[in-house]
Amino acid sequence: MIGLSHYLVLGALLFALGMAGIFLNRKNAIVLLMSIELILLAVNFNFIGFSTFMGDLAGQVFVFFILTVAAAESAIGLAIMVALFRNRNSIDVADLDTMKG
Amino acid sequence: MKTIYLLIVLFPLVGALVAGLCGARIGREGAHWVTSLSVGISFVLSLIVLIGLIAGWVQPFNDTVYTWMVSEGIRFEIGFLVDNLSAMMMTVVTFVALMVHIYTIGYMSHDEENWPAGSLAGVNSYQRFFSYIALFTFAMLMLVMANNFLQLFFAWEAVGLVSYLLIGFWFNRPTAVFANLKAFLVNRGGDFGLLLGIGAVLLYFGSLDYVEVFAAAEADPDRTMSIFGGAEWKVVTVAGILLFIGAMGKSAQAPLHVWLPDSMEGPTPISALIHAATMVTAGIFLVARMSPLYELSEVALSFILVIGAFTAFFMGLIGLVQNDIKRVVAYSTLSQLGYMVVALGVSAYAAGVFHLMTHAFFKALLFLGAGSVIIAMHHKQDMREMGGLKAYMPVTYWTMLIGTLALIGFPGFSGFFSKDAIIEAVHASDRAGAGFAYLMVLLGVFVTALYSFRLFFMVFHGEGRMDHHTREHLQESPRVVTVPLILLAVPSVLIGLFTIGPMVFGGYFDGAIFVHRANDVLAHLGQDYSGPFGFIAHGFVTLPLYLAAAGVFTAWFLYLKRPDLPAVIQSRLRPLHAVLENKYGFDAFYIKGIAGGSRALGGFFSRVTDARLIDGVLVNGTAHSIGWVAGVLRRLQTGYLYHYAFAMIIGLVVMLTWFVFGAR
Repeated sequence: MIGLSHYLVLGALLFALGMAGIFLNRKNAIVLLMSIELILLAVNFNFIGFSTFMGDLAGQVFVFFILTVAAAESAIGLAIMVALFRNRNSIDVADLDTMKG
Repeated sequence: MKTIYLLIVLFPLVGALVAGLCGARIGREGAHWVTSLSVGISFVLSLIVLIGLIAGWVQPFNDTVYTWMVSEGIRFEIGFLVDNLSAMMMTVVTFVALMVHIYTIGYMSHDEENWPAGSLAGVNSYQRFFSYIALFTFAMLMLVMANNFLQLFFAWEAVGLVSYLLIGFWFNRPTAVFANLKAFLVNRGGDFGLLLGIGAVLLYFGSLDYVEVFAAAEADPDRTMSIFGGAEWKVVTVAGILLFIGAMGKSAQAPLHVWLPDSMEGPTPISALIHAATMVTAGIFLVARMSPLYELSEVALSFILVIGAFTAFFMGLIGLVQNDIKRVVAYSTLSQLGYMVVALGVSAYAAGVFHLMTHAFFKALLFLGAGSVIIAMHHKQDMREMGGLKAYMPVTYWTMLIGTLALIGFPGFSGFFSKDAIIEAVHASDRAGAGFAYLMVLLGVFVTALYSFRLFFMVFHGEGRMDHHTREHLQESPRVVTVPLILLAVPSVLIGLFTIGPMVFGGYFDGAIFVHRANDVLAHLGQDYSGPFGFIAHGFVTLPLYLAAAGVFTAWFLYLKRPDLPAVIQSRLRPLHAVLENKYGFDAFYIKGIAGGSRALGGFFSRVTDARLIDGVLVNGTAHSIGWVAGVLRRLQTGYLYHYAFAMIIGLVVMLTWFVFGAR
């Protein structure tokens, strides 16, 4: 029987995978976007798990919201990537340090 | 009457403003006319007031003219106190000022030659000079007519300011600038005492008005205050000594006398008006005016007595070794001021003020005579280059002789009466220090005669030691110079004869000067007084006359009969001569010790406190430390997205941990 803890573990794994993607990735900024998607999915899993466990549909409604926002955010993120690439001929994360103090 | 008093004060002020602000427009003629006329009007009005007070158809006046402000019951106002004392001072001041104005027309007529060629500073210097001396007359009148300490202080500083401006009148000369700075700084020392004295009076007697202060002091004369830890001092003693320190600065009493000889850098009319006749006597006037206060304190009077006695003798000694004609007269002024202060110290205020008056005439005469000599000598002042001027300058010669005789106390001349009155008063006094003072003033008579006739013989008699060019141009000075000399010579001879009776032994100063019955040496002397001629006769049986004669004889012997002797004496008594040449080391002490010390202290503060502590640590240090902290913190801002994300995660974890485990 698949219980709540399985969902939470899966969510935690996905979250950790996303974090690791952000930290370890030094090359491609698109990987950052994908990692953020993973973190959002991990949150979605937690929502769904708790929603089913507590019998409250509000959590699943939130998941739809998050999916919508994530889609929009990806679109904007990709647009930024395109703009970035046009300006700098690179989407290398290690090169993006204009905020360096 | 209030209008007249206002006019007396305001005429010189208007003259000064017109000559000073419109000098270029009204020209030289206009400037000397407007100032001389305004001072002349003041003189006539003062004389009318004086005559009125003596004759009785003017009553002593003490009233407020203008109230500046009232703060916690203390009134700050301008007011006039015109009684016999101030009326006498007003007349003397305006008379000498008038003479000096007229004399200046001649003395400064070629002033443009005293400035470097093409100097813009020399443009209109003639008008500027007249503006200053008229302004001085205004300030001095405000001083003597004041009825409260605030106005006194204002006028006191105003005369000091004009003195500063005039000593440094030729401000392109480094010596003049040094001298006026010195005068200003030394006077600050005295004024500090004056200000503290006024503060003490205000604090303990609760008023600035003379009459109210005297009444308050009289009501509670034994009141004490504690200063320097636990020591209890009588308030009148402390206030009296502090006020007298102010007087010491202005009246050039040792050890605050050093500025007066240097002030001779100014033009000669100034030396006559400010540094001989009027301003330097402000201290004497102050103490006489405060007589009700000083009478309550034996200690303060003894202090005054000793200071005056020291100045009277030792400053006269320095006059013996000076070669600059004006400096000899300047040291003579110091010595005579010492006499006046001695008189104040034995409660013989009337004698002190009497000497002030006679001295104003004959010392102004001596200075103006010296100035006349200086004009003839083409502004050379060294007596070693003079001699035999008698043949060329008869008017100057005779008036100078009168002035000199008055100074040394020749019987019948004004100086004789005033000086003998002082010496007799000191003799009769039993105040602490009176014995010392008596010795000093007696010896001072000899020294006075010696240096006076040394000057006289070196300048007017003997062989001419000037160069050929100067000798060819020797001539008597113009009328504008000699007429004031003659006009000043008249009172130098006569004024003592007519005024000693009422002023010293009579009731002229009743109500203006207050003397305690037990201290009243002049009343004691007055019992034997039988008219001025009796006083002269008495002079022949006392010591001063013979001391003066001995001084004159010594001067004649050393400088006319055996002119080779002074050099021999000088080489024999080299250490003594060196002490006198160095003026007892006062100058060295002030310049190296106090001025040098202040500069060293200032340098220390500038280098260490200011440059290192304030600039280095506080100002730049703050900036540096902020820069350093920022330099460390900027390393956190790498610009890499994953570092920021990591910081967020760390923050999230910390907050979660705190949320889960901490905030129960």
